[in-house]
Amino acid sequence: MANCAHCGLEVGPASAAGPDFCCRGCQAAYALVRGMGLDQYYTRRCIDPTQPPLRPDQEAGPIDFEPHVRVGEDGVAALHLMVEGMHCAACVWLIESLLGRQPGIVEGRLNMTTRRLVVRWRSDENNANAILAPLQAVGYRLLPYDPQRLGREAERHEKELLRAMAVAGFAAGNVMLFSVSIWAGDDGSMDWATRSLFHWISALIALPAVVYCLRPFARSALAALKSGHTNMDVPITIGVVLTAGMSLWETIVGGRHAYFDAAVSLLFFLLIGRYLDSRARGRARSAAEHLLSLGATVVTVLEPDGTRRLLPPDQVAPGATVLAAAGDRIGVDGTVIDGQSELDTSLLTGETMPSPATPGTAVFAGSLNLSAALRITVTAVGESTLLAEIVRMMEVAEQGRARYVAVADRVSRYYAPVVHLLGLFTFIGWEVLTATPWQVALLYAVSVLIITCPCALALAVPVVQVVASGRLLRQGALLKSATAQERLAAVDTVVFDKTGTLTIGRPELLPGDWDEDDLRLAASIAGASRHPVARALLRACPDIPVAAGVREIPGCGLEWEDIRLGGRRWLGLRDDSGQQAGPELFLDRPNRPPLRFAFADQPRPDAVEVVATLKRRGFRVELLSGDRAVTVQAVADAVGIERWQAGCRPADKCARLTELAEQGRKVLMVGDGLNDAPALALAHVSMSPSTAVDVSQTAADIVFQGHRLAPVLEAMTVARKAHSLVRQNFGLALVYNLFTIPLAITGMVTPLIAAISMSTSSVVVIVNALRLSRGRLW
Amino acid sequence: MTNLLMLIPVALVLGAIGLVAFLWALKSGQFEDLDGAANRILFDYDDPPGKEGDHDHAGRKS
Repeated sequence: MANCAHCGLEVGPASAAGPDFCCRGCQAAYALVRGMGLDQYYTRRCIDPTQPPLRPDQEAGPIDFEPHVRVGEDGVAALHLMVEGMHCAACVWLIESLLGRQPGIVEGRLNMTTRRLVVRWRSDENNANAILAPLQAVGYRLLPYDPQRLGREAERHEKELLRAMAVAGFAAGNVMLFSVSIWAGDDGSMDWATRSLFHWISALIALPAVVYCLRPFARSALAALKSGHTNMDVPITIGVVLTAGMSLWETIVGGRHAYFDAAVSLLFFLLIGRYLDSRARGRARSAAEHLLSLGATVVTVLEPDGTRRLLPPDQVAPGATVLAAAGDRIGVDGTVIDGQSELDTSLLTGETMPSPATPGTAVFAGSLNLSAALRITVTAVGESTLLAEIVRMMEVAEQGRARYVAVADRVSRYYAPVVHLLGLFTFIGWEVLTATPWQVALLYAVSVLIITCPCALALAVPVVQVVASGRLLRQGALLKSATAQERLAAVDTVVFDKTGTLTIGRPELLPGDWDEDDLRLAASIAGASRHPVARALLRACPDIPVAAGVREIPGCGLEWEDIRLGGRRWLGLRDDSGQQAGPELFLDRPNRPPLRFAFADQPRPDAVEVVATLKRRGFRVELLSGDRAVTVQAVADAVGIERWQAGCRPADKCARLTELAEQGRKVLMVGDGLNDAPALALAHVSMSPSTAVDVSQTAADIVFQGHRLAPVLEAMTVARKAHSLVRQNFGLALVYNLFTIPLAITGMVTPLIAAISMSTSSVVVIVNALRLSRGRLW
Repeated sequence: MTNLLMLIPVALVLGAIGLVAFLWALKSGQFEDLDGAANRILFDYDDPPGKEGDHDHAGRKS
């Protein structure tokens, strides 16, 4: 089958735009791109299957970008946008070229990593909507955002780390130059004056660098001490400050125990780890930031005088009349006053069967209007909608999780006091038991603190995390939270949601007692409708031309000549389905008994395998769904889950998770719907597919891409492996300390021994972590 | 000893030049889009035939 020349999707036989295009929108977009002389785009691009296809959305309401434009004093207007639908570098080129060809543009620059677009233009020559119209016509979705509100904190922190890393690297390199000379001359070939000069130069380089680079650590250490506990940064800060101080003292008195190289190279190593760690999470963060974007959804408000206005949902007053077109997601809570349609509420409830909507039906924000336009009187907006209620439940649940303490900080709680006591005992021991002067005893005590300097300990966790999240990124799973991996490793129970998580989340045709001809006839009629069930029928039989002259009767079905395709009620059939699950369609021909086409939401292709593997590895697997018992049972049986619960509201899911937590179980929650968001936030750790609603992706610790469930398994495997590597690293650091601490206590450490042993321990830890990056794990 | 007096400042100045260059690159935003920069060199932002204008290089400037 041919693929659309523009979006690359398969061209359905029903296409109104000929054999080369899947829809008129793509045809127009292709003409636009060619007309601009930019058709190289099509030969250069490569389509990224994890991104939404580049398909102009014909039903989307126009977004007014003007309110988001900032005009500067020099008359240059600026607009910041988030771009959805970007596939590869060719998209960057296309977008920038499309922008560049418009009058008045000063700058149009798309950041490929963060998918953020900045457009600047002279405000007297053009306006935002005209500039962005071609991009929308080609199929990119543009979401305006406020750069002030977004990720500034994290970005600034990351830049600070990078700057500190550069300074530390410079200092470490240069100080090492002098230290190596000093070590080489340690046999007496270097005179006192030269050594002293080298020490002074080292001090001149190292001390400013230490002051500058220690800030990120010192800040975090002070914050921890203020709140009355300790973290890994406390021993690091104390260690580096003591090393620098003691080295300076030795330099002043002309001694040989100057450890400037140790102080700065320790900072350099640690900053590399910190920076990579923060960068790995930055990617996941930017994926979840869409929630913050402004004006992503608009509501069409019908004014009393009959005019229409587009408003963001929070500006709509209760009592106003809102128009929801077929295919729109409804942005408000309200009551239907006019229109006959069906609503897909699966995001809110997990229920897969569309529910009918007639005048008087209550509708909730987040439902999808399927078949015909509805007029709705608004009863609640923004903060008081069901949707906002769910978000609030989620926030409450999330507070509990903030109390989790990272494993590195837990270790340092025991580690720091032990080391500091050791230092103290060393000093007291030398003073009491021998006749050494107090300066020398102090030197030995400080060298205990330096040699146990938590270099390996502080690297043990971040290095493993960076390697693990890199591996998971390649598998399509993004880690959002710093401690997600540690929490994931402790999981013993996996709870799945049904719709959209275990299943694909759209109906598929089931086998029934119809033959090929019946299917072809039904599909040719169904091709005229956008209703999900009709689309499913068409998917089952794709190469069928659409019958001409099909009439769609909203909320009922389709009519073609004297043949009708539609629901049970419309065709006047007796309800004999009883408990039969799933949506259905009937084909009614004159003088023939009506034929039933049944549909069901199918499990993901590898769901059975993933559940079986989880059970084999000894996890307890449960299914919690808001759908009806029959449907849930069918899916549970299909994938092999024995413990399931149907008809769960968001609060019920939370209750079940709390119950499991009280039994001492660590639960991984996998879910995608709005109704899962509170449970996702409450669970010990949570994952959600990238097709999930924004709220759920924000609540989840890990977001995975693609149509398969395998990333769940992969993430758990990597997390367990990472956990064991972290433990090994701590073990290695401990072994290293067992060897070096006696040396330090007995005063046998020289600067060379300190430098060699400390860098060896760091390298050993890093190499051990790198084992995670390749190879099979289980 | 005299060669030390020359070599040490030279080594330090060279290192400092590298550091300053890096900090300048960081400040001017060159590390903000590493993926984009790697791919950008493969595309030309030339004018379309028969169309001249001073705005056409917008994508490349800045």
